[in-house]
Amino acid sequence: MSTELHRYDITQESDFLQPRDFNRKTLLQHVDQVFRAQITNIIDLTSEEKLFHVRLVKDHQRERFTFLPGQFVMLEVPGYGEIPISISSAPTNKGYLELCIRKVGRVTSVLHKARRGALVGIRGPFGTSFPMEKMRDHSVLLIAGGLGLAPLRAPIFHVTENRTNYDQVHIIYGTRTPDQLLFDYQYEQWRRINGVNLSIIVEQPDEAWTGEVGLITKLIDDLDFDPANTYAIVCGPPVMFKFVCNQLSTKGVPMHRMFVSLERRMHCGMGKCCRCNIGSTYTCVDGPVFDYWSVMNLKEAI
Amino acid sequence: MLFKILTKDGFEQLVDGILESNEVIGPKRVATGANGKPIHQYLPVTSFGELDLDYETTEFPAKTYFLPYRETLSTFHFDEADWTQEIRYRIQPRAIVGLHACDINGLLKLDKVFGRDAFPSPYYLSRRRNTLVVGIDHMPCEGGFCQSVDAHVVSHGFDLFLTDLGDRYFVSIGSDRGFDLVGKVENREVSEDDTHAYLAVRRRISDAFKTHVRTQNLPTLLDLEFDSPVWKRWGDKCLSCGSCAMACPTCYCYGVNEEVSMDFTVGTKVKQLHSCNLVDFAMVAGDHNFRPSRESRLKYRYYHQHRGFAEAYDEPKCVGCNRCGRVCLAGINPPEVIADLHEEDRA
Repeated sequence: MSTELHRYDITQESDFLQPRDFNRKTLLQHVDQVFRAQITNIIDLTSEEKLFHVRLVKDHQRERFTFLPGQFVMLEVPGYGEIPISISSAPTNKGYLELCIRKVGRVTSVLHKARRGALVGIRGPFGTSFPMEKMRDHSVLLIAGGLGLAPLRAPIFHVTENRTNYDQVHIIYGTRTPDQLLFDYQYEQWRRINGVNLSIIVEQPDEAWTGEVGLITKLIDDLDFDPANTYAIVCGPPVMFKFVCNQLSTKGVPMHRMFVSLERRMHCGMGKCCRCNIGSTYTCVDGPVFDYWSVMNLKEAI
Repeated sequence: MLFKILTKDGFEQLVDGILESNEVIGPKRVATGANGKPIHQYLPVTSFGELDLDYETTEFPAKTYFLPYRETLSTFHFDEADWTQEIRYRIQPRAIVGLHACDINGLLKLDKVFGRDAFPSPYYLSRRRNTLVVGIDHMPCEGGFCQSVDAHVVSHGFDLFLTDLGDRYFVSIGSDRGFDLVGKVENREVSEDDTHAYLAVRRRISDAFKTHVRTQNLPTLLDLEFDSPVWKRWGDKCLSCGSCAMACPTCYCYGVNEEVSMDFTVGTKVKQLHSCNLVDFAMVAGDHNFRPSRESRLKYRYYHQHRGFAEAYDEPKCVGCNRCGRVCLAGINPPEVIADLHEEDRA
């Protein structure tokens, strides 16, 4: 008696025949198949950071690709590796994604050498987003330290594109030195938007610097806002958002109305590899956006 | 659940039938340990006689047949500045015969991570659904505390589950393909005597556990004892070798690396199981390490086992097999570490 066990081919499941869509997390699909994408533009920001315009090659994939402010993608450089990068562009921009990348490791170093036209892979979008809908009709503080302006740029675009939905809007940005300021060509544009208040501070000014000097908390000290009617998004290194959130908390902003974006190394983006776990929470699936109360409850987050 | 009775010859015929055209994995005696006990591993067998269904435990779990230690996720074929990506899933069917309840419970936990909710993994599911699982009851293994984490019994996640009644097997049938297999060999319905004999065996197993771990309130205790000196005490002993994660039936964390062929025509994206106790686990670009100390990494493993996983799935990740404790050269084992935490609580 011979028994041939049934051969099960997962790719014949009906789910697999549908177009890949990472927003549909429960769909059984090629989770490791990337969208082919082309680097269409490279913009030098500072000596360490560049902004990449990345366009999904296939029209129907580009049309279907949607994301929310705060989400990230896994960027694949075939042969080198895959890294999580927060999306820095407006969700309404269907043409291309903007990814602000600091040269810091193996994959980012090769990206900094990439030429216009290079083909990369994109998987995503992944992760939680800033609850822009909940913030409607409230004042919004958009606060970034250093590279934190990269993930903050998507909510800035959202707020400025939907300006009537929000009350007072304050963009507050700080870096260590003036030459680290990202997207400096956009400040004038933001400043001119009616009802948007942009303040910038650096810790260590150079000779040419005429603006504010000090830590970002200094700007918040001077800020006039109604804590009972305010949401805050704070992006930056842990030491920065800890001080800022505590300060906002003292001023009366509830912790569940402050949102931060956390960063960890990720190898999958899908709640599997555990590399981004904080305590035991997946930064990739449960985050990267957390409210401050959740962050306070995450062991080893700060 | 449906139940049947198989004679031992009948079961042998059943396995022989599978062996004729499929790969069969099972507990195989591979050596004798320093303590005089036989060492078993789940390995491919070529005949029924190679299976030692009376084994106590294996050094390594069967997880490698579902989550291989190394697996190619995709292949990039380079052509000038262009490339294409190729993905293949393993679809060859095979059978694993002789898994204990703890290991099947381990698979059920992996099912939750890789088969449900967010981003089901086709790599895992393809292997899981192409694997026929035949489990078997056994007396508690030395040091095993599966009873304390409710993993000494299993009610699904297998195709067939055997309980040895001396001259016959009491068979719990967990799937239609299991049912069909039983139908191919001589079998009979379960009598009242069989049921009594089965329940007596189950009771005998339940009563035989010697190692117990207090898991009540463990998630909260772990939060309270986050800064406890217990972690330093055990962390100082830890060799950071990662053996515990390799031997664990449910540890699934991994890293992904890419390799390029010597002629630059092919790039492979390879997933390799990792361990949170290895020094580079939480290392990020720029050489910052979120868990630089051994104690922080060891503590993290316990947090994932007994707090994080419990928070996500209402049950610990640990199945109580104590393979991590047995394999640890530094003698770190869950019963003692957790007892130590409870002690700290009283101190």
